[in-house]
Amino acid sequence: MTWTRKHLITIEELSLREIEQIHATASAFKKILGRNVKKVPALRGKTIVNLFLEPSTRTRLAFDMAAKRLSADVIAFDASSSSTQKGETLRDTAENIQALNADMIVIRHAAAGSPLYLSKILDIPVINAGDGAHEHPTQGLLDTFTMKEHLGSLKGRKVAILGDILFSRVARSNIHALTKMGAAVTLVGPSTLVPHGFTTLGAQVSHDLKSALADADVVMLLRIQHERQGHRHFPSLGEYTSMFGLNKTRASWLNPHAIIMHPGPINRGVEIDSELADGERSVILEQVTNGIAVRMAVLYLCAGYQPEHVISSTQ
Amino acid sequence: MAPPKTIGSREVHAAIERLAAAIKARHSKTEGLLVLGIANGGIPLARRLCARLGIKRVGDLDISFHRDDIGKHPIPKEFTPTLLPGDVNAATVLLVDDVLFSGRTVKAALDELFDHGRPGRVELAVLVDRASRKLPIVADFTGTTIAAGENEDVIVTLGDDPSKDMIEIRARAPRAPRAAALR
Repeated sequence: MTWTRKHLITIEELSLREIEQIHATASAFKKILGRNVKKVPALRGKTIVNLFLEPSTRTRLAFDMAAKRLSADVIAFDASSSSTQKGETLRDTAENIQALNADMIVIRHAAAGSPLYLSKILDIPVINAGDGAHEHPTQGLLDTFTMKEHLGSLKGRKVAILGDILFSRVARSNIHALTKMGAAVTLVGPSTLVPHGFTTLGAQVSHDLKSALADADVVMLLRIQHERQGHRHFPSLGEYTSMFGLNKTRASWLNPHAIIMHPGPINRGVEIDSELADGERSVILEQVTNGIAVRMAVLYLCAGYQPEHVISSTQ
Repeated sequence: MAPPKTIGSREVHAAIERLAAAIKARHSKTEGLLVLGIANGGIPLARRLCARLGIKRVGDLDISFHRDDIGKHPIPKEFTPTLLPGDVNAATVLLVDDVLFSGRTVKAALDELFDHGRPGRVELAVLVDRASRKLPIVADFTGTTIAAGENEDVIVTLGDDPSKDMIEIRARAPRAPRAAALR
């Protein structure tokens, strides 16, 4: 079997085999990142445009670095100084980027579904770097990659995702990836941010922090996304912290081997205490490093995809 | 389609012997020779030669990310990582591959090798030298020469059971044209 997918839009549509292939490719790239010459010529001569229409630090830098490690040329699209400010539509912006001979687009957008829309109107591969509260597939892939490095197979492992699930594309992508890989996911937080509807995605919903933490191999914290909350879902940040923030006492409920993850950016002292974010169990910075290897794998695979009909005709 | 032509284990082993003897003649006094099999076809041959010659420093060279033809071939599911048994800098390196065809694999192998350092000298040993070179590359050691056509594949099998070793020459299956993924 080989890679047949041109775009990466969601983890929901990926098969377990595809997730495993991305992880295997990422681990080959991770070895390259550890050597003297950290660059390979796999995408030499290709141009990748990072179309980020929503703020981002880690994802944009990691995609930028991943493309450069593959020897591609990278153009960063700066929304604040572009014609989107003059009212140019997403479609026009994207078609113009394609007309400038870009070979691939990495898009982040506040509207769910915008990467899927671009994949339907453009001829070049489209990679979703986060769309609204829908999916953030490369984050889910790098999180599961990091978990596998620490725990081995994720089959039967227990992952607690804690915090603002309602608005989190990271949670959605992780739920899809983890359930496909055979892990059990428990979502924890105030009931306004962790509605019961998430059980339809195959996750458990719990409002009992203690038992969820005591059971977990991984606890993943999510940022409270005040920018997406039209109205308040809890009385105050202080109250959220006192009820659900991860502090030393609550961390003592964890399994001795459990790891702490966070996709960033961290609100220190809100969802997690600094002491724990920087502590021994924290793999938060490893997630960032793995983000480069995983994004190299995604760019490389989607650039080198073989359409289904070609594969079937040669086998 | 014509049936494949097959070269059996006896001739394959004789070719490996010729390679081993030629390498030994030149390198019996070379200090710190590094033998690197080019993944994937060169790996079993490099192991065989080193076992035969008593060379300990044998490794693998993965050229996947140095290929210049992304999109033209399926991407493999697994990668054999590059494994260097010693420092490349100033070393004498013997690259080993099963078949020398266009020369593009060897070019990619040199690119990968130089990402790890600056070898003093690089040589090439191949089991089969076939026609249709596209680059100015010549093997230093050759086991056997086969005049295969451009539309034929030369496939070397060196498995766990040496009695089943063989070289096959088959007509290549026609490839469907690939839609443009990247322009």
